[in-house]
Formats: sequence, structure tokens, C-alpha cells
Amino acid sequence: MVAVHSRLDRLASRTLGGHLLLALGAAVLLLLLSTQIGAYDNYNLTAVAIFAVAAAGLNLLTGLNGQLSLGHGALMAIGAYTASLLLKDHELPVVLVLLLSVLSTGLIGIVFGYAAARLRGPYLAGATLTLAVALPQVATRYKSIFGGESGLTVPPTTPPAWLGPDFPPERWLAWIAVAAVVVTFVLLANLLRSSAGRAFRAVRDNEAAAALAGIDVARTQVLAFVISAACAGLAGALFAYWSGVTAPAGFGVTLSLQLVTAIVIGGLGSLAGAVWGSLVLVFVPSLTSGMASTLNVPSAIANNLPLAIYGGILVIAMLVAPHGIQGTLTRILTIGRARWGHTPAGGQKGVVDWDDPASDP
Amino acid sequence: MSRFFVLSLNGLTQGAIYAAMALALVMIWRATQVINFAQGAMAMFTTYLALFAIDHGVPYWLAFLVALSSGLILGAIVERVIVRPVESAPPLNVVILTLGLLLFLEALAPMLFGGQIRSFPPAFSIVGLHFGNSQVAFSPFDAFTLGSVLAVMVLLLVLFQKTDLGLRMRAAAFNPDVSRLLGIRVGRMLTLGWSLASLVGALAGLLIAPSLLLYPTFMDQVLVFGFTGAVLGGLDSAVGAVVGGLLMGFALSYVGGYLGSDLETVGALVILIAVLMVRPRGLFSRHRLRQA
Repeated sequence: MVAVHSRLDRLASRTLGGHLLLALGAAVLLLLLSTQIGAYDNYNLTAVAIFAVAAAGLNLLTGLNGQLSLGHGALMAIGAYTASLLLKDHELPVVLVLLLSVLSTGLIGIVFGYAAARLRGPYLAGATLTLAVALPQVATRYKSIFGGESGLTVPPTTPPAWLGPDFPPERWLAWIAVAAVVVTFVLLANLLRSSAGRAFRAVRDNEAAAALAGIDVARTQVLAFVISAACAGLAGALFAYWSGVTAPAGFGVTLSLQLVTAIVIGGLGSLAGAVWGSLVLVFVPSLTSGMASTLNVPSAIANNLPLAIYGGILVIAMLVAPHGIQGTLTRILTIGRARWGHTPAGGQKGVVDWDDPASDP
Repeated sequence: MSRFFVLSLNGLTQGAIYAAMALALVMIWRATQVINFAQGAMAMFTTYLALFAIDHGVPYWLAFLVALSSGLILGAIVERVIVRPVESAPPLNVVILTLGLLLFLEALAPMLFGGQIRSFPPAFSIVGLHFGNSQVAFSPFDAFTLGSVLAVMVLLLVLFQKTDLGLRMRAAAFNPDVSRLLGIRVGRMLTLGWSLASLVGALAGLLIAPSLLLYPTFMDQVLVFGFTGAVLGGLDSAVGAVVGGLLMGFALSYVGGYLGSDLETVGALVILIAVLMVRPRGLFSRHRLRQA
């Protein structure tokens, strides 16, 4: 028993160390990348990072805990409005704004989480979808606080002086977003390897069995919802900086559905899946609209072709790669390893664990 | 005429349309355990087809039939080509699939029919009826809306409860394996279920189009309220869908009328959450709270 314990401890320290090293490597790579690309690409890099934070949080809730939320856009709105309201009259450091946005969204997430824990499957989906429709209306209604349809403007973050006078602000924002995504991913990756992470999965797979094993099902679900909401709040606050304006139209049902799309296309239940999904969200529409504009077709077709292609990709992706990009990659890797005679550590030969966080960055 | 009465009439007519949408969603849910998020977009598409026919000189009622029958066909195609292959996939995949179909149809429609907002002619006058000297906020078209939704519900009830075909459809949805052993063509029954559901959806589109105007996303709101109605009533119950849809109609009308139209959706959310906190599986669910 003692031996098992010490081995587990060693594993845990290795896991944490591994995650930190990986994160550090990724952060350095991304920061280097951001210095090599132009303003527009930095803008896109920030968008990917924002979506990745929100999608990672949603993936924890939906992929690992089995609660389907069609209303995460509304939680992002709470984060974005918190940040915008904080910045309305005061000049505050970015880190403080982000932390307070995380806090406020997390607190509201507790309320929603308790309601959500009573609901299952399509009922939760229906309730969260209604939330996504209703919340932007509150902003429209209370104009004096939330600025109505036109929303609140958000002042851009100015790069600190030590970076030099010519440091581009969009690169500075990209750095902030990259830092946010790296910190979020390290925290989530460790959480998923902890007892809380195992409890999330246990509740998803079989509530009755989880309860018998001593897991408080409702509390686990609320916890998953709160963490997920906090991620959405962080993403929302970054979104406010990124877009420069926080308005109800930016947080419609479309945003919520985009996030769900990202995690399913990217791969349910894995952090890498959230990254893949965010890349798809940001780059597929810009690629297809670029493509459509070069075609010599009437504007009615050229304007709608990107959306049609996007919808078509969703349908085809679900038909040919039901486990998303990450799931498909894992499967290819596993088949490759089985063929070359290496059994993946801890796994059985030829068996794919879709939720194996070992495949996470 | 009192404000309450006007709002009630308005709520009843709107509710009838949400009820039709909710019924379409519940029929598909019961048959294949799928929430068809493309239901609204499919109805949008068939309504565009009707307008296209009217533009080309087809008489109104024939165009009406074109929309309904294309709804039948579209439902069958979607079930056979898109939903059938993912029958055993995780439920979220089917959600994404129908979302993809929704986006695809909403992009395809302006490509085929042009992107501008169009008005859709009502079947009957939309001017309020006169009773003696007073005019009520209830038009012949409202009467037609109520009547046709009611007729469809009665027809479906007769089909499912009184006919052999309806029994087979219910059996196929209830237990596909046993039904197959008993010689029921389960696949065919599921296709028929999707067909009938999208027929009901197409009807909802035709009925709401005159008041909402026709554009590619015009059914999105109706889908959300229909879905909310279905969840409110309980996804396993056709009666629940109708009651839930009507409740949504009344609630939105009262909230919009008394508190302001920009609070409509907030009112819907509050009611939905209040009901679901007491009955997590909807008003008419017969399931136990938690399944072991």
C-alpha cells in the first residue's frame, strides 16, 4: 500500500512538472510566433486563445461531466460586461480586471450550477439555450447600466513601457490571451488528473455508481459548472478587450452554439480538442470567405457560401469523424503504435481511451 | 376591449404556432431521441419554396400544398441521408449534425431565393373581425391559424391512437428491437415520423411567415420558443408539447404587453426555470426524477 502511494505521489509530481514544462514550451513558442506575424494574424491568434479558454471550460462541463450547455455565450457575456463595467470609469490593470471577471462569472455560475444540477440532457440544453436568448435582452433593457444595443466601449490595453514605445498593442493583447490560455490549461490539466477530475468522469458515466462510490453527484456537477463558468468569464473579459466593445449582439445564441461546435469538432473531453475546435472556429470561416471572394459568382452566392460550407463541414465531420479531430488523431496514433509493436503506457493494446488526458498538451 | 383580452387572443394565436413547432420537435424526439435544431430552418426552406411557387404564378393554396409536401419529403431525406448514419453515435454528435444542417439551409436559401427580406401573403385577411360596432384583435387569418393547428393535432391523435400504422409507429419508437422481431419495418416508421414532424413544422412556417416576414433566419426565434415549450411540457408527451407551446404563447404575450417586449425572452427563461425546478422533466412527464 505504501509503495503504491509513493508511486502515485511520484506520478503526480511528474504530471504537474510535465504540464508546466509543456505549457512553458507552448507559451514561448506562441510568443515567438506573435513577434513574427502581422497585426491581423495577432488578432486571429488572440481570437483562437479566447475561444480555446471558453471551449476548454465547456469541454470540462460537457465532455467530462456530461452536462450539455447551449448557453455558454451568456456566461461569456457576464465576464465581458464585468470587465467593461470595471473599465467604464477606472483604469485598472489587466490582471485585476480578468480576475474580477472570473470571480463574478464564477459566483453567478454557482446559481446556474445549482439549477443545472437538477436537469438532465435535453432539459438542461433547453434551459441553457433560453438563457442564451434571454441574457442579451437584459443588457438591451437596462440601457443606463449596460449601454443598450450599442453596448459599452472598452479602452484598449496599452503595452507596458518596458516593451518599448513601438510595441504593437495587438501583439500585447495576444500575449495576454496566450498567458491566459496557458494558465487555464495548466490548471485544468491538473484538475482533470485529480480526484475532482475523476469524480467528474464518474458522474458523467454513471450517476448511480458514482453516488455509491461516495461521490456527491450534485456537488460535483455544481463544481464543474462553476469552473466552466469561470473559464467562460475569463474568455468573455478577453473578448471585451479584443473587440473593443461589449454589446448584446456579440453574445447571441450563435456564440453559444459555436462553442459547442468547437468542442465536438475538436474532440469531446480533451483540452487539445478545445484548441482544435477553436482553430476551426477562427480559420475555417476566414479561409472560406477568402476563397468565396475570389470566385466569380453573384454576391448572393459569394456572401453565403462560407456559411454553407461551414454547415456542410459540420455535417460531414460528424458523419466521418464522430470523435472529433483529437479523437481521430488519437485513434491514428494508437493504430500506429499497435502496428509498430509499442503498447501505449497504461493502456491496453488496440484500445482507445477517448478521455485519456495523456493526449492533452 | 380590455388589454388583457387582446393579449390573451394574441397569446393564443402565437401559442398555437409554438405548439405546432413543439409538437414537431417532440415527435422527432420520441421517434429517434434527437432534438432537431434544423426544424426551424427546414420550415423556413419550405416556406421559401411556397413563396417561390407563388412568384411563378402558382395559386396560393397549391403553393401551400407545395410547402407541406416538400416538408414531408425534406423530413424523409434528412432522416435517411443525415440522421440514420449516426443513429448509434453519441447524442451530442446528432445535435451538431442538426446545427450544421441549420446553418447549411440558412445559407442555401438566400443563394437560391435571394437574400432580401420578403413579405409572405396570408391565406385570409389579417384585419380584425367586426362584431357589431366593435373590432376585436382577432382576424380571419388568426382563426385559420388556430383551426389548422387544431386540425393537425386531431389528425395526428387519430393517426397515433386509432390506426394500425400509428400503433406500428409508436411501437417502433418505444422499442425498436422488439418491433423488428414483430415484423415492423422500424426504419420506415422512423422516416415517416420525421416526415410528419417536418410537415407540422412546415405548417408552422406558413402560419407565422405573414407576421414575421420571410428571411433566412426568421424561424430561429420560433424554434427556440417551440423548444422551450416542448421542454416545459415534457419532451416525451405530445399533449405536453401543445400545452407547453400555448403556455409560451400566453407568457410571451403577457410579459411583452405588460412589461415591455424586450423582456419577453427573460420572462420565458424565468417561467421555464421555475417549472423545471419543480418538475425537472417537464409538466407532463411520467418518468421518475432520476433514473438509476
